[in-house]
Amino acid sequence: METVRRRIRDKVEAGERLSESDALALYRTRDILAVGEMAALANRRANGDRVYFIVNRHVNPTNICVNRCRFCAFSKEKGDPLAYTMTMDEILRRAGEALEQRATELHIVGGLHPDLPFDFYLTMLRSLREQFPSLHVQAFTAVEIDYFRQITGLPLADVIAQLKDAGLGSLPGGGAEIFAPEIRNEICPEKISGDRWLEVMEAVHAAGLRSNATMLYGHVETLESRVDHMRRLRELQDRTGGFQSFIPLAFHPKNTEIAKGYTTGLEDLLALAVARLYLDNFLHIKSFWIMVGPKLAQISLHFGVDDIDGTVVEEKITHAAGAQAGQEMSVAELVTMIRQAGKIPVERDTLYNVVREWPAEGDGG
Amino acid sequence: MSGSAADWGEAVRLLREAPLFELGRSADAVRRELHPDGIVTYIVDRNINYTNVCSCGCSFCAFYRKKDAPDAYVLSGEELSAKIVDTIAAGGVRVLLQGGLHPDWGIGEAVRLVREVKRHPIQLHGFSPPEVWHFAHQSGMTIGEVIARLSDAGLDSIPGGGAEILDDEVRRRISPKKIGWEQWAAVMREAHRQGLRSTATMMFGSVETPEAIVAHLLRVRALQEETGGFTAFIPWVFQPGNTELSRDPRFGEASPRGFGHAVGYLRVLALSRILLPNVSTVQVSWVTMGAKVAQIGLFFGADDFGSTMMEENVVASAGVSFRMSEEEIVATIRDAGFTAAKRRT
Repeated sequence: METVRRRIRDKVEAGERLSESDALALYRTRDILAVGEMAALANRRANGDRVYFIVNRHVNPTNICVNRCRFCAFSKEKGDPLAYTMTMDEILRRAGEALEQRATELHIVGGLHPDLPFDFYLTMLRSLREQFPSLHVQAFTAVEIDYFRQITGLPLADVIAQLKDAGLGSLPGGGAEIFAPEIRNEICPEKISGDRWLEVMEAVHAAGLRSNATMLYGHVETLESRVDHMRRLRELQDRTGGFQSFIPLAFHPKNTEIAKGYTTGLEDLLALAVARLYLDNFLHIKSFWIMVGPKLAQISLHFGVDDIDGTVVEEKITHAAGAQAGQEMSVAELVTMIRQAGKIPVERDTLYNVVREWPAEGDGG
Repeated sequence: MSGSAADWGEAVRLLREAPLFELGRSADAVRRELHPDGIVTYIVDRNINYTNVCSCGCSFCAFYRKKDAPDAYVLSGEELSAKIVDTIAAGGVRVLLQGGLHPDWGIGEAVRLVREVKRHPIQLHGFSPPEVWHFAHQSGMTIGEVIARLSDAGLDSIPGGGAEILDDEVRRRISPKKIGWEQWAAVMREAHRQGLRSTATMMFGSVETPEAIVAHLLRVRALQEETGGFTAFIPWVFQPGNTELSRDPRFGEASPRGFGHAVGYLRVLALSRILLPNVSTVQVSWVTMGAKVAQIGLFFGADDFGSTMMEENVVASAGVSFRMSEEEIVATIRDAGFTAAKRRT
């Protein structure tokens, strides 16, 4: 192991690409200090001491979903007493509140609703653009995009073009889960395949829209399947360059059909640090504080992470599965947490343009 | 080994400036030297707070009540016994017994408590130095006499609470009515002299400076050099919820630069391990930091996961309520690549 680690360290220092077996070896080590320090080096090279966050608001227009993913505690069937669908007014009201709170982004993802027509989403995008032109709308996972294709019968490229035309600014990275079919069939059999997820993202990037990529870990996947997942993302990123950030998502077991504990701190830090090292063509690695908790998220800033997501305000999906963190962090809290870690807080917009940079030392925040 | 000026300056520099991984690796090396077998211990015990009535009124504490407060309580003998029976049934081997400085209590009440606990086959780890000092003061006895009485009644060991920061300038700000650092040390010295072992704690992240943290660590090291009676060192982070101190502007000013956060915790934990090679064990505080950060603490010098607690009232009063079962503690230790071992004391 010692020689393997030295070889990997040499590669990292030389800026060489890691192989899949390197990534696997890093996952298998318990030497989090060694892996973390390598990831910190790679991150410093890419982002210096800057740590990004965004002032944003999540909106989940509906929890009604035709899929029944076993890891999901959020989705409900139509008719379930806990099912909900927001009206257009409710969505717009949240956008208005977001703007008052100086948000630059709305993050909109929801279930695959059996009845809402594609026009609902187009109207939503147009209304948001008309009423809140300064808000960037990051919306719809690849799964939702493919669902729109299915319900409209339109070619994928047309669906994306219409959404873009109506005001879609970029896409989040959800629905990726784990690409490997044997794992995917076990945790989300109805969901589009990993191949399809990647095809949709390729088409999204081809249309000139950026997106993120995620990976759901800590359920029944193997380490090999995680490496395979990242390999496929790295290959697509080599072709398109359209991914902005990679976000490992820690599985939360409560109210799901998968009997498993919460992820450990070591597992979370390894997921982030190995991603930073292996995904050399992803500039940003994001630790979603809602998922891993604000304390571990802060520590992760020393383990290869340069983005801590945002203010969020209202989070339904992970909280349905037992997330312990609150739903909102103020800008002051985010800035303090980043500074206390010895890093430079940078408020970004969705496309990583700098909105405000805080000085490293001195008063502020 | 009371800490030369060079030690002091270097320690402050390490705490403030050393790269996190440098601290982690140095601490990990000390831990490996002391515990080459990779064993991480924990204990199944119960934390019992016999009263929340306290005349000390520390500004960092959300637990204490005045005697006439509607939610003031003193556990009855029956309540105490019931909790111990539960503890034994759950596989617990020890009770951690601490409480407020009740204005009506002296050595008689303390001895009665010890006897009540020791009617059961269980270890008693109880009465931090401020409590011992309080009993002595109330009953007009010496510290030595109080410890002898408690020890005769069956007290097995003493928890290291009430240390906060062993620096009187910090103590004046956050706990002006509590015993000073030298009195804290005097109680421990006497307990160790009489053959009782104890732990030592440190609460940081309030208004202390890095220099005060280092002073605390060097004072514990010097005392350990003298007595050898400390079994473990337990640093933990001030939890500001519901406390008077959280509203104190001096805290508002100090905290952004302080160490009362997750990365700061790892730094202080690692420095503790580095500066206290003569204390065998350094314990993580999952009660204040949560299981995830506590697990990472095992890579920053810690070799003990603390206790299952079963109940926790003090930190919970500040709105923080992490919980861990024995199974979770064992799984967390193993996940980090260590061997979990249940300890008896």
